[in-house]
Amino acid sequence: MGHNDKKQANNIFSIEFWRQREMDLYVGKLLRYGVFTACFITVLGGIIYVFQSHGMPDYKPVSGHHDQFEGVVPYLRELNTIIPALLRFDGAAIIQLGVVVLIATPIIRVAFSAIVFLIERDYLYVAVTLIVLAVILLNMIFGLH
Amino acid sequence: MIDLTSVNIEVFSLILFLGAVLAGMLGALTGLGGGVVVIPLLTLGFGVDMRYAVGAALVTSIATSSGAAAAYIKERITNVRIGMFLEMATTVGAVIGALVAMYMPTNVIAIFFGIVLVFSAAMSMRKKNQTPDYSLPGDKLGIVMKLNGSYPTSNGIVSYNVHRVFGGFSLMTLAGVISGILGIGSGALKVLAMDTMMKIPFKVSTTTSNFMVGVTAAASAVVYLQRGYIDPGLAFPIVVGVLIGAFFGSKILMNAKVKTLRLIFSVVVTVLALQMIYNGILGKL
Repeated sequence: MGHNDKKQANNIFSIEFWRQREMDLYVGKLLRYGVFTACFITVLGGIIYVFQSHGMPDYKPVSGHHDQFEGVVPYLRELNTIIPALLRFDGAAIIQLGVVVLIATPIIRVAFSAIVFLIERDYLYVAVTLIVLAVILLNMIFGLH
Repeated sequence: MIDLTSVNIEVFSLILFLGAVLAGMLGALTGLGGGVVVIPLLTLGFGVDMRYAVGAALVTSIATSSGAAAAYIKERITNVRIGMFLEMATTVGAVIGALVAMYMPTNVIAIFFGIVLVFSAAMSMRKKNQTPDYSLPGDKLGIVMKLNGSYPTSNGIVSYNVHRVFGGFSLMTLAGVISGILGIGSGALKVLAMDTMMKIPFKVSTTTSNFMVGVTAAASAVVYLQRGYIDPGLAFPIVVGVLIGAFFGSKILMNAKVKTLRLIFSVVVTVLALQMIYNGILGKL
């Protein structure tokens, strides 16, 4: 594509600029940054978590009551309660932030692929990718209750 | 079963970390999620509640997928078009599965699906001696959807054409339905659909399955986080261990013989199937 163009596009806001670059590599790099960030945050949180812990947590099912499940402490379930806990250097909250970054990575990758297909003028796959993204987002929203 | 009160948190985290390295490595090599190692380690090994184990397995799947994909930036074994095209089938299938699960006995499905998997694994092994000609013309739908591709091997770039796209798409919908019902086991059907039905080279099938498993798992993970299934104490050794395992697993995959990979795949799928049958009989699913 871009290799035949004599003139290099220098405007980063033009489609030509991006068409001359190997977009797959950018997607790969994005993925790698996401993974490293998630890993770093989780390790940091893990070390703090182990220091802050008071013995082993109880992960066993409630005996005789299989349908009962307490689950994780409520403040570790949503981003808007995880974030304030980060400021207290709460190890568990830092780990959850790492998990959130990890969860976000493949979703951002899908969104990024849509942009790559758009730059490649592959409109069929722009549509396919957007359908996949829509189903994922609907799943998230309707899964709330 | 090890009593949770008798181990301290450092030892527990270390054991979990080592299990996660193994899970990540196997996941990257086979294209299966991460439930095979993590769920029995937690439930049978430590007596952890199944719901925490399922949450941990989901985190394992995402970490395997991203960790493996991050290892081959330049290699381009994964076919993103095939992944996206089939992802439409699995996501819609998963929604149907979640609805069906409300009206059907899931343990019967688990036992039935387990038996199907054992047979599929055996069939996959039988193919090991024949090397299919990937350059045979594929079907029309594959051309329309631009699914044909190429990937690097030790003998240079190999092009392949995709076959029976409609059949593969249908099988993928079924894979989605089953994962929606059982919550696990979709990776196995994804690889089998691509490898056996669509005649996609094995390494492309496993890496593309890995990509898809990560996307699907990420969508469900948000819900699991909100329900309190994802515990930080279980998550941190798993995330770190799986990422390391998956990274090295994919480095091994690039140079591994397909025959060896098929053998590992079949063994892991059989173990997975036996777990499903076991849990199905005990009514744990």
